[in-house]
Amino acid sequence: MSNTSAAMNTSTHGNQPKLSGPLAKASAATYEYLDDRTGLSAGLRRNLRKVFPDHWSFMLGEIALWSFVVVLLTGVFLTFFYVPSATEVVYNGSYVPLKGVMISEAYASTLNISFDVRGGLLIRQIHHWAALLFVVAIVVHLLRVFFTGAFRRPRELNWVIGVGILTLALLAGFTGYSLPDDLLSGTGLRIAGGILQSIPVVGTWGVFLLFDGEFPGTAWIPRFFVAHVLLVPGLLLALITAHLLLVFYQKHTQYPGPKRTNENVVGYPLMPVYMAKAGGFFFIVFGITTLMSALVTINPIWLYGPYMPDQVTSGAQPDWYIGWLEGALRMMPPIEWTIFGYTISWNILVPSVIMPGIVMTLLALYPFIEAWVTGDKREHNILQRPRNAPTRTGLGVMALTFYVILWANGGNDIIALAFNWSINSVTTLMRVLLFVLPPIAFVITKRICLGLQRRDRDKLLHGIETGRILRLPSGEFVEVHAPVDPDEVAVLLSKEEVLPLPMPPKRDANGVRTPGYAIKALRARMSNWWYRDDVPVVTLNELESGHHHAQEQVEIAGTYGVEPTVSEEVTAGHR
Amino acid sequence: MSKTKFDPYGEDNPANPKKPASSSGSTSSGAAQTHGGSYEEEIIAVEAPQEIDAKAAKRAERQVATMFMVSVVCTLGFVVAYFALPATATIELPLIGITNASNLSLGLALGLSTLLIGLGAIQWARKLMPHVEVIQQRHLLKPPDSLRKAALAQFSQGAADSGLGQRRLLRRTLLASLLVFPLPLIVLARGCGPAPKGELNETMWTGGLRFLADITYQPLKPSDVPIGGVVSAVPEGLLEVQKAQHNLNERAKSAVILIRMRPDQIRSQQGEGWDYQGILAFSKICTHVGCPIALYEQRTHHLLCPCHQSTFDLADDGKVIYGPAARRLPQLPITVDAEGYLVAREGFQEPVGPSFWERS
Repeated sequence: MSNTSAAMNTSTHGNQPKLSGPLAKASAATYEYLDDRTGLSAGLRRNLRKVFPDHWSFMLGEIALWSFVVVLLTGVFLTFFYVPSATEVVYNGSYVPLKGVMISEAYASTLNISFDVRGGLLIRQIHHWAALLFVVAIVVHLLRVFFTGAFRRPRELNWVIGVGILTLALLAGFTGYSLPDDLLSGTGLRIAGGILQSIPVVGTWGVFLLFDGEFPGTAWIPRFFVAHVLLVPGLLLALITAHLLLVFYQKHTQYPGPKRTNENVVGYPLMPVYMAKAGGFFFIVFGITTLMSALVTINPIWLYGPYMPDQVTSGAQPDWYIGWLEGALRMMPPIEWTIFGYTISWNILVPSVIMPGIVMTLLALYPFIEAWVTGDKREHNILQRPRNAPTRTGLGVMALTFYVILWANGGNDIIALAFNWSINSVTTLMRVLLFVLPPIAFVITKRICLGLQRRDRDKLLHGIETGRILRLPSGEFVEVHAPVDPDEVAVLLSKEEVLPLPMPPKRDANGVRTPGYAIKALRARMSNWWYRDDVPVVTLNELESGHHHAQEQVEIAGTYGVEPTVSEEVTAGHR
Repeated sequence: MSKTKFDPYGEDNPANPKKPASSSGSTSSGAAQTHGGSYEEEIIAVEAPQEIDAKAAKRAERQVATMFMVSVVCTLGFVVAYFALPATATIELPLIGITNASNLSLGLALGLSTLLIGLGAIQWARKLMPHVEVIQQRHLLKPPDSLRKAALAQFSQGAADSGLGQRRLLRRTLLASLLVFPLPLIVLARGCGPAPKGELNETMWTGGLRFLADITYQPLKPSDVPIGGVVSAVPEGLLEVQKAQHNLNERAKSAVILIRMRPDQIRSQQGEGWDYQGILAFSKICTHVGCPIALYEQRTHHLLCPCHQSTFDLADDGKVIYGPAARRLPQLPITVDAEGYLVAREGFQEPVGPSFWERS
């Protein structure tokens, strides 16, 4: 091994054979030219060595980034052929079933892209698949950040930016979905119009301004087009840039592990491994979305036909990310008020305006709410294991359960059909589950987390159960415990001590009432609720006596010729 | 990834000064080194790629090179497929069935060519690049107090120099001008559409208008609607209105469905004698969010909206019996004209379609 390792070293640490040839010379000259004028070297020297921690879950945000790039690239191609116009024309392209039918130019040009532009169908399908993947990746990335507490100080602002990106991604998706002007997308637009129209006071005005009069009109197509290709992606690009710059500047969080502290970052330098991996990953995302587009049809708009406001198809499903809103709208009972001659449609407002508004606001403000409750304003660069924040993890799973039930109800007709149930029973069941399941999910999740905490504590104190029972000469039975791997000990020890806020005194020593007592007391109570039941962290004393015990066991076991199975090393003090 | 670790500054590397080799990469501290000045870093482990011996490295190199070369072939294949296959060529495949040959071949070629570049790069990084695990210190994001004070002092100085603090009149008038500045933007948005003038309350239906079948645009007679049947219809003259308005707005409001049941099956309707021999006309636009309602269950006379499953009982006033819609479907009173065609007796008596604020 020694020879080759020496050879490997040369590639990273000096003594490097210089690249030669005309290309290398040209690049060197270009670099010098740029460097002379911009002082590029300073930044390059710093940042090529910048260290990023490694973990598979850090790849999720990267998938989102690369799928966005794929969406941008393919989208540019589509704009060359798409005609954002509602003007009716006679279709005369290659798709026989629609020949001679009067359709909008938007729909005709989308058919044209799908049937007459070579590679057009492929690019359109890549665009759609990558857009779906973009939202999936954002949501899964968000869940990772949430459950590991990566949003805590100093990264709260980046969380808010992330929620902004998610919102814009939904908007980009919806506007893009509408543009082909097929029957399915038109139905989606009709629903969006109906929702806008239900907003008290300004709803009707909103519809008339958006559609330039009544629904559907002809103005929405060029307006949605500009929003879809310029406004929303421009904002997305700005927010994504800010998001990445902040990650770069604040340095990435890391999972707990040996040698990892809150003040350092342990990982691999940008150059070369990360460069190669990240660059390669772009091509993988591009490649996979392309293969999917080659093999699996997405959004076959030619089958749906042109949009007609008096026609509809059954079993209509929106793109997956709209599913939860659709499910909420299907679930809401029919409540409508008429007050002083004005109509308030709670059956539309609650599921489509109020509920999503509350959800997105809570999501954006979550880091600040949690910090207020826990009083934890310290800087956190080490990620929390979800079990070590049981209340947060419970709340997260609770919110996820709520979301999934809404989402499932978005396909209540499909569920009813698949299981041969009454659709009304499915909907009624979902209405009940929406309120029953999330609290249950919270309790179960929190209990699982606490159980895992207890197991971690046992592991630290007593080692790993080997399942081997030893009978001592005295007749006593003992189970042989093997010491825990030191790397794992570092992870187990990452659990932080719990510090609930103290209850404020009602009056101070001089009998003066504490200002803002009610709020402070509420906060203390919430903080206590937050940290309630948490398993205490292992103290140094406990750890030492635990080691002693483990050591003893190993020795006893050794006396009788039994070898510990996991590791020879006895856990030693860490951190 | 192999767990073999070696220290680049240890004995293994003759190019470096002698240093005792570390025992285990993750638990031992390696050599402290300062690279590039700006980052204080400490190399703790260099995980050598699995294929550390020359033979294996050669094999990995061949693997990666093969991927890159196959990628080149695929890219060329894309170009060939682009020119060789017309956009509408089809091919029948097992599992997938009949599919677009151009889309399939272009997609497979482009997909594989990009995927292989990616896989090659990652394989290269995994197998042939040493993984130097490094510790770097973080800088505190919160600046030292002295720096913050200095920055704020500078700002205060600038603010003082500008006179923003002392010149109250200037400050307030500036504020006022900036506050009203966005007003033109809001006013300009007003031009995006006309003011609502009660259009949502009206449709083109009036007394005497015939019903046209929505596909053939032929006027309907009672005999065209058999008992248990359902016919979608639009008002006479809709196509002319569409042509004049250049939009589908009227169609979005005035579409209706005609159904027929035995007159004794009608339990109630929205007006006395609004049916014609058991033929009833209802708005086709859902009162929830406006989807056209199309799923009619002949036996129960229930009409189901396919979008959100609001269910209306057409034998009983068109009232909602399940789902999120809160209002009944508006009914259109009908009769026949002198020539025996179905006509509306008058227009809708209430607004059709989704609710809105001004609707009472």
